This record gives sequence, structure tokens and C-alpha cells, in this order.
Amino acid sequence: MLEIKNLHVKLEDEDKQILNGVDLTVPAGEVHAIMGPNGSGKSTLSYVLSGRDGYQVTEGEASLDGHDLLDMEPEERASAGLFLAFQYPVEIPGVGNLTFLRTALNAQRKARGEEELSSAEFLKLVREKAKTLKIDGEMLKRPVNVGFSGGEKKRNEILQMAMLEPRMCILDETDSGLDVDAMRLVADGVNALRSPERSFLVITHYQRLLDHIKPDVVHIMSAGRIVKTGGPELALEVERNGYGDLLAEVG
Amino acid sequence: MSVETGEAIEVREGVDRETVETVQNMGSYKYGWDTEIEMDYAPKGINEDIVRLISEKNAEPEWMLEWRLAAFRRWQTMVEPKWAMLNYPVIDYQDQYYYARPKSMAVKPKSLDEVDPKLLATYEKLGIPLKEQMILAGIEGAEGAPAEGRKVAVDAVFDSVSVGTTFKDELAKAGVIFCSISEAIREHPELVKKYLGSVVPQSDNFFATLNSAVFSDGSFVYVPPGTRCPMELSTYFRINAENTGQFERTLIIADKGAYVSYLEGCTAPKRDVAQLHAAVVEIVILEDAEVKYSTVQNWFPGDEEGKGGIYNFVTKRADCREARAKVMWTQVETGSAITWKYPSCILRGEESQGEFYSIAIANNMQQADTGTKMIHLGKNTRSRIVSKGISAGKAQNTYRGLVSMHPRATNSRNYTQCDSLLIGDQCGAHTVPYIEVKNTSSRVEHEATTSKVDDDQLFYCRARGIDEEAAVALVVNGFCREVLQALPMEFAMEAQSLVAISLEGSVG
Ligand SMILES: Nc1ncnc2c1ncn2[C@@H]1O[C@H](COP(=O)(O)OP(=O)(O)OP(=O)(O)O)[C@@H](O)[C@H]1O
Ligand SMILES: [Mg+2]
Repeated sequence: MLEIKNLHVKLEDEDKQILNGVDLTVPAGEVHAIMGPNGSGKSTLSYVLSGRDGYQVTEGEASLDGHDLLDMEPEERASAGLFLAFQYPVEIPGVGNLTFLRTALNAQRKARGEEELSSAEFLKLVREKAKTLKIDGEMLKRPVNVGFSGGEKKRNEILQMAMLEPRMCILDETDSGLDVDAMRLVADGVNALRSPERSFLVITHYQRLLDHIKPDVVHIMSAGRIVKTGGPELALEVERNGYGDLLAEVG
Repeated sequence: MSVETGEAIEVREGVDRETVETVQNMGSYKYGWDTEIEMDYAPKGINEDIVRLISEKNAEPEWMLEWRLAAFRRWQTMVEPKWAMLNYPVIDYQDQYYYARPKSMAVKPKSLDEVDPKLLATYEKLGIPLKEQMILAGIEGAEGAPAEGRKVAVDAVFDSVSVGTTFKDELAKAGVIFCSISEAIREHPELVKKYLGSVVPQSDNFFATLNSAVFSDGSFVYVPPGTRCPMELSTYFRINAENTGQFERTLIIADKGAYVSYLEGCTAPKRDVAQLHAAVVEIVILEDAEVKYSTVQNWFPGDEEGKGGIYNFVTKRADCREARAKVMWTQVETGSAITWKYPSCILRGEESQGEFYSIAIANNMQQADTGTKMIHLGKNTRSRIVSKGISAGKAQNTYRGLVSMHPRATNSRNYTQCDSLLIGDQCGAHTVPYIEVKNTSSRVEHEATTSKVDDDQLFYCRARGIDEEAAVALVVNGFCREVLQALPMEFAMEAQSLVAISLEGSVG
């Protein structure tokens, strides 16, 4: 599904290298977690995969189902099935949450040559999904993320994910700032979407989320590279001992 | 990029109502067609004979001709104003046509069946709702057919002559007069004599005075005391004759306790000769009456270099003449190469209220200098201004607003909110507020913000599958939400599409 080979990325306007040869493969149906110290390049990786401006790929490649991601516009990547739950969801004043969702969903359907959803179909679907995430009607009508609490923003990202049904979901610290109950909701939301055709890349600092979303593989990222890959026990090790010993071990 | 505003830069939070519909209709300039209807021109240039000719073509009484001539003599002594932040070639007023009418209209059709089919085709392109198209097309039984949504009466102005008025019977039953101004001059001279020029005097300004001399046609509305107009009134304007000055004149009177909502919309075909337009709209509002005047204006803005766009110099003014009179101007200005327009409110009656909601979009080489004037003369008067200016390409967008509290306008209030949004770094937004407060009990509040379309917002939209142009349209529509909400439903949709259309090519 997602294949990243030797990815090197620098900032476009600065001589600053951030990713130094990331290698990562996430097969269909698997859940991979990425952990790593602050500033190690986790968000940068997720941004580069989704096509944000400001970065320059100097070497390497990234593909989704064999299609070269780096060659596509951000919206094309989304329609191809890539989804990023943002670490910092963006506020869009004046644009209703529902309008935003519907515009996005229909844009993707159109790009894939599918029929657009009617108002009624859309509303039914969104109400159903919102309910399981405990997102009420009022929040659906409010402008996108404006005045949402940190936890509400994250739940809203998961709602978007549930509506768009992407094949490759990247969650960038979706667990940060969530209370215990909200964490459960988010984890349940993710688990409900797990399927043999869908993969997840979960960026997190905490074992807590991984208790609910059991990863198949855990990667440790440091200084712009994946330095260690292992099973779920790797996350427990980080939780217990921090990154010190781990990183010393890999040099 | 240049930003001139006294206030700190911040991005405002929007209001929390669901967007009516998503943005559609991306494509090239939508209404850039040409209708081949033969024109009947007066010769180029302006002089007393042309004024006489226009008056004669409209079969006007002597008093009207005298009124026009007085205006013309006055105009000859005036000079074109230059204070606006607008830059355009010198207009040669002798090189314009001042009168044109579709030839097939030289004799008025007895029924709408006789209306030129090409004209009906233009209604279709303009997106006039089916129901009105049917009525305009004179289809039998159309009047009785259930209207989808609210009723709108259309008085179509094709160049200079009103060619069809609908819903006349129903309006007549309510006692509402809705007709062309030339018809009103003939049929209701007492009303026209009493109110014409009473809000915008003949000598008001260069363009209004020119209009007073040569106005060809326009709309007239009178709503009698205590009457709620049973439908929205709508006029669609088009400029069609090449190099023809357009001089529409609109007069609306809401008598005591009356209510009317008036919609105006217009489009224009592609041209490469700059076109002059100088319209006047006068609104008289008496005790406890209320008028809503909504405009969606998308005249041809010119090509990417600004060639061929309309020059639009408009004087619009409402006089809240008596106690508790209320007016609400809502405008969406996306067209024209040059826009010079300040819909104003004279708050004369005690406790009268004026509101102004505006979206002005300038793209490519467009220049807009627009805003409002709130003249508080009466006690306890209220006014509210919400202006959203969007600049893209190399466009210049200026908000120019006057709030004036006169000595007798005690305990009055104004709230002004003026937000500018910049797309790209070659455009400009300017905010020029004039505030005069001549009493101690009134209060004026002014807030202004300037922001750029946020890259993070665009990326967020695109990461969800929305392409860049649609993302810009979505974000900009969000920025304009408050004003779009002030529009009647049927206009709000069109306006949203227009926002998208007028910003095409502003990114990427
Ligand atoms: N646009 C930018 N300008 C300057 N520095 C940047 C930019 N984007 C990323 N960086 C730098 O690149 C490094 C990696 O940042 P990134 O956000 O990817 O880290 P992260 O692993 O997600 O950290 P965290 O765990 O704190 O979220 C950091 O040193 C960051 O400051
Ligand atoms: Mg991060």
C-alpha cells in the first residue's frame, strides 16, 4: 500500500535538511505506529506525503498502491485515498463544518468518477457517523474548527476520516490533548474503520492510544530517519525508558 | 502588496450558520455573450438636442424635458470627480452613445409573445428562474403555476427600454406600482414630480447630474401605506450596445408602514471598448416603512489586462425621511473594470435605521472604490456597516465610508466592520473611513482587519480533496458569510457562484 524509499526532504527556502532517508512500507490492512522525539521529523513526513508546500524532496520516492504520490497535487492524493488527520487542525471561519465535509466528499467522488451524494444521503450518513463520535448537530453547523476545543478538533478530524473512507490514514498525534473518554471515542472510531483494505500510520508519543489501537508494527524515528522497527513491545519500551537507551543503541 | 488600515491585522472569526450551497459553476466568464439584436442609436455625443431626443423617444411631458435640460445645463458647468483611488483613461463624453434601443422595440409589443426570442434566450443565460422565464415568454397559465420558492417579479431592462413587466396584476391588486420609470412619468406624474430628485438632487454630483439629463429608462416602485409588497421585485440589467452609455434611473417609494424587497442583478457581454455606466437609484422611505435593496453585480470586468471592462459610476441613496424608517443595502460587487459606488443612507427620521452589507471583489486589473455614507440627522438613529473587500491579481480595492453624526442626531449609534482579504502579493486593499461626530451622546465604533488568504487553510481543504480554485472560493465565501446571509435566498446562491467565478485564475 504505502511505500517510502530513501526519502530525503529539505525546507524549500532554507538550507535545512529534515528527512534523511526514510524507508517505510505499510502493507494493506496493517496498523503501523511511529514514535520519536520532538522535532525528529514525524509531522514533516506526514506533510510531505500529503503534498504541503514548503518542502523539497531531494532524493527518494513515495507511492500509494504503486502510484507516485510525490507527482500528485494534494487533492489528487486525497482522492487517491490518502488522509492526514492533522496534528493542528486548521480553522476556516464562516465555512460550516457540514458544507466543508460535503464539498470534500463530493470533490473526491467526482475526481474518482463516482456519483455525488445528494443532500439527504449526505446528511443521513454524517449524522450517523457523528453520533458514534459524540459530535452533536450544533458542532456540525459551526464553522470548521472555529472555537472548537482541542479534543473537539481531533474528534472532528476522525469524523472527516470516517466520512471520506480513505485507504491510507495517517494520524498525527490525534491522541494529544484528548481526555480519557475522548481517547476511547477516537480509538473506537479508528478500530471501526480497520479492514483488510485499509492501512493506518499512527504518529504518537504515548502507549495509551496504542493500548486501544493495537499496532502491528512500531517504528522509531530520530533525526529524520526510521532508526528502529519492531513489534508492539517497542512502544512499551519507549514508555518505560524513554528514547535515551534506544537511540544510543542504534548510534 | 499594500495595506492601509489603522487597525492591527487579525483574522476574524466567522458566523456559525451553515452555508447554503457549495460553490459551483467554475468556467470562463459566464455571461460573456453577445445578442444580435438590431440597435436603434441616437448619434454619438451629448448636447441639448440629444437630451430632447431621449425625452421625445420616451414620449415624455414637457416638465420632464425641462427637468432634463436643467440638469444638462448644470452638468456642463461641472467637472468629473478625481478623489477616488481609481486610475482610468480620460473619458471622452462626446464619444459615447447616449441612447440605444433594441430595434424590435421601436414599437412596443402588445404582449410578451411578441418579445424577440433572442431576448428570451438572454434571460435563460442570465439564469432567470424558470417561472419568470415562462411568464416573460408569455406562456398561458404561467401566472397560476406554482412558483418554486419565493415569488420574484421581473422588470427586465434590456439596454435602455423596459421590455416586459410581470406579475403586474397581482401587484396592482395590492396597490403596488412597479413599472418602468418612463411609464411612471406618463402614468403617475404626481408621484414622479414629488419624489424624483428629492433624494439625489439634479446637481448632486457629476455622474448623477449626467444621468438626470440623459437617463433612458429604469424602474419605478411605489408601495402604498401599510402595504407589504407581496413578492420580491427584481430587475435584471444588461449592457448590450457597444459603446453605449448606460443611464438607468430607479425610484422607489415606500409609503408609511410599507415594506418592499428589491433585487437588482446584471451581467454584460465581452467587449473591447470601455463602457460607461452612470446609474442613479433613489429610495424614499416614510414613517415605519422598510426597504431592502439587494444587488448582485457582475458586469464584464475586462480581460486579464483590464481591457474592455465596464466603467461603473453609480449614485445610490436612501432617504429615511420619517420616524422609524429602515433601509438595508446589500451588494455583491464582482464586476466592472472601474467601480465608483457608495450606496448611502440619510437617517433623517427619529429612530430610523440604515444597514449596509457589502462584498466587493476585485481581480486582475479591476479597481473598486466603494463604500457607504451613513448620515445621521435624526435622534436615536442606528446604522451598521459590514464591508468585505477581496483583492486578487493586480487589483486595487478601496473601502471609503463616511459616518456623520449631526448635532441633532443625539443618542445615535454606528457600528462599522471592515474586513479586507488579499489573495497573492500584487494586489492592494485600502480602508478610508471618515468619521464626524458633532454631538456628545452618539457613539461610533469602527473595526477593520486585513488578512491574506491563509496557505494553511488552503492546504487543509486540498488535503481533503478540494482543488485549489474551489478551496479559495470556499475560504472566500466563508469570509463573506455575514453579507451572503443578508441576501435573499435566491440571490445568495448566485452570489456564491459569482464569488467563485470572479476569483478564477487568482491562484496557481
Ligand atoms: N517550515 C519549517 N520551518 C522551519 N523549520 C521546520 C519547518 N518544518 C519543520 N521544521 C523543523 O523540522 C524539524 C522536524 O519537525 P516536525 O514537526 O516534523 O517534528 P515532529 O517529529 O513532528 O515533532 P513533534 O513530536 O514535536 O510534533 C523540527 O526541527 C522543526 O523545527
Ligand atoms: Mg509533529
